[in-house]
Amino acid sequence: MNARNRELANLVAVGALTALGFASVYIARQEVVSTASLSYAGFFFALYLAAHLVARLTVPDADPYLLPMAGLLTGIGLTEIYRLNPSDAFRQGLWIVVALAAFAATLFLLQHDYRRLESYKYLFGLSAIGLLVLPALPVLGTSVNGARLWVHVGSLQFQPGELAKVFLIVFLAGYLREKREVLAQGRLKDFGPLLLIWGGAMLVLVETNDLGSALLYFGIFLAMLYVATARVLYVALGTGLFLAGAFAVYHFVGHVRDRITIWLHPWTDHAVYCSLNGKMLPRQDCASYQLVKSLYSVAHGSWFGTGLGKGTFRTTDGGQLIPYLNTDFIYSALAQELGLVGVAALLLVYMLVVARGFKIAMLADDGFSKLLAIGLTFAFALQTFIIVGGILRLIPLTGITLPFVSYGGSSVVANFVLLAGLLLISNRANAERG
Amino acid sequence: MNRQIAKLALVGVALVAALIVATTYWQTWATAGLNDRQDNEIQRVAQFSIKRGLIRAADGTVLASNRIKKAGGQKLYFRRYPQGGLFSHVVGYSTQSRSRSGLESSLNDYLTGSNQNLDTVLKTTLQRIRGATIKGNNVWLTLKPGAQRVAMQQLAGKCGSVVALDPRTGKVLVMASRPTFDPNLVEKDFARINNISAACRPAAPLLNRATDGLFVPGSIFKVVTSAAALDSGKYTIDSRFLDRGYCIEYGKKVLNFGDQGGPEVFGSVNFLQALQHSINAVFCEIGNAIGAGRVLGTSKQFGFYDDPPLETPGNERSPSGLYNRGKLFYPGDPSTQVDSGRLAFGQERMLTTPLQMAMVAAAVANKGVIMEPHVVDRITAPGGAVVKRVRPSKDRRAMRRATANDLVQMMEAVVTGGTGTAAQIPGVRVAGKTGTAETGGPGTPNTTWFISFAPAGAARVAIAVVLQNQRGSGGTTAAPIALAVMQAILAGRSNP
Repeated sequence: MNARNRELANLVAVGALTALGFASVYIARQEVVSTASLSYAGFFFALYLAAHLVARLTVPDADPYLLPMAGLLTGIGLTEIYRLNPSDAFRQGLWIVVALAAFAATLFLLQHDYRRLESYKYLFGLSAIGLLVLPALPVLGTSVNGARLWVHVGSLQFQPGELAKVFLIVFLAGYLREKREVLAQGRLKDFGPLLLIWGGAMLVLVETNDLGSALLYFGIFLAMLYVATARVLYVALGTGLFLAGAFAVYHFVGHVRDRITIWLHPWTDHAVYCSLNGKMLPRQDCASYQLVKSLYSVAHGSWFGTGLGKGTFRTTDGGQLIPYLNTDFIYSALAQELGLVGVAALLLVYMLVVARGFKIAMLADDGFSKLLAIGLTFAFALQTFIIVGGILRLIPLTGITLPFVSYGGSSVVANFVLLAGLLLISNRANAERG
Repeated sequence: MNRQIAKLALVGVALVAALIVATTYWQTWATAGLNDRQDNEIQRVAQFSIKRGLIRAADGTVLASNRIKKAGGQKLYFRRYPQGGLFSHVVGYSTQSRSRSGLESSLNDYLTGSNQNLDTVLKTTLQRIRGATIKGNNVWLTLKPGAQRVAMQQLAGKCGSVVALDPRTGKVLVMASRPTFDPNLVEKDFARINNISAACRPAAPLLNRATDGLFVPGSIFKVVTSAAALDSGKYTIDSRFLDRGYCIEYGKKVLNFGDQGGPEVFGSVNFLQALQHSINAVFCEIGNAIGAGRVLGTSKQFGFYDDPPLETPGNERSPSGLYNRGKLFYPGDPSTQVDSGRLAFGQERMLTTPLQMAMVAAAVANKGVIMEPHVVDRITAPGGAVVKRVRPSKDRRAMRRATANDLVQMMEAVVTGGTGTAAQIPGVRVAGKTGTAETGGPGTPNTTWFISFAPAGAARVAIAVVLQNQRGSGGTTAAPIALAVMQAILAGRSNP
């Protein structure tokens, strides 16, 4: 069986799984949702069939597992979003259409040689900074939950940071490919443009209070620098700098200090000052209530979960128990309904995507492709770690989307562009080999 | 570059692996701890999606049922208590805002189908897999609604409690406590419960006085002293005493109490007459002769110093015994730390619960053996199969059989011609003992008691009645209530 037929077979399996998911939500929540829910699975399957045809035309030799896995993740995400709020699922469905259009466009535009992107590396770098600055602009930007991440144009909202991530990876891949030998020697002047662009990105992130993304960009930067130069010293130095910076930020930015306190001590026995309403309350009822409620949701799932559609997310009055459930906290919703068995399987899918991504990097035969592949893959892995690790209290919690699963248009679009990038690299490496 | 990529790949895979490990921790190890946390609202709400089992009285009367409410596409089951305040202390309540009390709390596992019986586990697992509503097990109590209603009516307007047991089995037939509260109001309008006023302070309507109310026993404790004296072998029912109307305690005269049916000074009496007329001076002498240590030892045989056994939550039951500064106190050296004369007639620092005193009456009625009190008769699955049946079991032997026989005679004399004549039932042999305990100086209101059982010799009911803030004596205030409740129980079909 050739690669594309294998992909098709896998997609059929994913389509069946998604249909099963929607069917079980429908059974569990007949009183709230309509039979129309079942058409979602059909619509969804048709979309992926289209994506598959595009892949057949543009990247015939690419890895056959990435697209079905991405399909599975979006399928699970869409099912859960539908279960939580059917009208959000409709909007998410539209965004998936947009994302697949971007996916197709990327493949068509770059199918002959994506490596010409390398010559536009500075343009990508500057665009990334530009995109990151957008939310900080007074008219366009809005602040959600202490972080300025959103851009509003009319009723449309967009999180430009997600796309900036992909652009920054393209810039870093191009720049590091060109300068890797000299950088390895450690001459300070070669680091100039690198530090400039990266420093700019970090400044913007601190300005917008988006800690999760700051950590993400920094991790991507260090990972790519390490692969390009093979110097562990840079990683150590970079980590040291980051910790020093984090320490300084901890002392000067209240928002950051709060996040750390919440992470270390989410529960208190005594009442502490609550800055949300000015009362004295235990911390679990105030600053850390999101984290704590989300942990209760994870714990309630236990081994096998409550089953799709059977979870408890609302109070007896019908109010929301956990805020941002379908964006930042979708993992705790899934953990409750699918249980350990379900979410461990979900995480294994993430792990497989990561493993395939690194395999593509290994097989690619030029530096730019390799760096681009590891940048995109590591970004995917680290982003998953930052949000799920935050929910599970491994690291301080910062709001960021779970790739492919969370509700959020910009995130889905950016991740499909990322996926297209990996397919292009894989196609080229396999075609040359075959 | 591939060597570095391989190393980075390890890091990437390790990051996701760490997430799997952390998820496992929260969903297995940490689950129990998180589920028990007070602020775990998910757990609280999830409990309400279970169709809780019903609680019924012995004759099937529904004491706790469900009211369905739909919210956010979910069916929720909230409690409704059709009998209002009639059974509220035993049954308790199950609410969102104030959690649970009574049997609703202690039997929560059965009522929500989360008890670990193989049968229940299988059924709830099947219901969970099928996505059906989980149904809890039903609880059947031993309480008799007719008699319970009589008891609550008799207590109306007063502060007090009635406990009636079947001495042969330990079944709790009546458990009443006043003031009471309507459990339906706990969720909706708790302020109204807070504002309940009564003939005592604090009104404490939520307190189950039957098992958690501690009262000075006064003369009903003489039954325990008598058991100690007879068991010691130093006294018999015919032992003779000379009542001078007082006894000397620490060089001071302690006068007989005024609730006796006859003259204040009786002169030459035997043991039976001493109990019949509740003569303090005689018991004071007995107490001093056998010592506080022996009296307390016998009280322990009756179950004092232990939480009385019952299915209600442990924090709603208190042990009887000596209390020092609000704490249960067992003296290391009773002869110097306890006034044995005053202890013998139920003063000192002795405090008892109505349930414990009903157990004392039941011990005498049942030849010296206390059957373990229980208010749950059986627990049945939604289909009707019995999940658990409570069988009568011996709790303890409180005294020798011969002692019990003597005490039956002595207590019968109390009702036929002593302080408890108000409890006579035509054609039925009733045995009892009155108590009138001073709670302050002279002129202050008394705590009055009556413990009794009937028919003497083959008792089907043993009862304890206590009233707070009374002007009269146990014989005039508490005995008529005991009479009414015993008649209600004996009039019903004799239960096996």
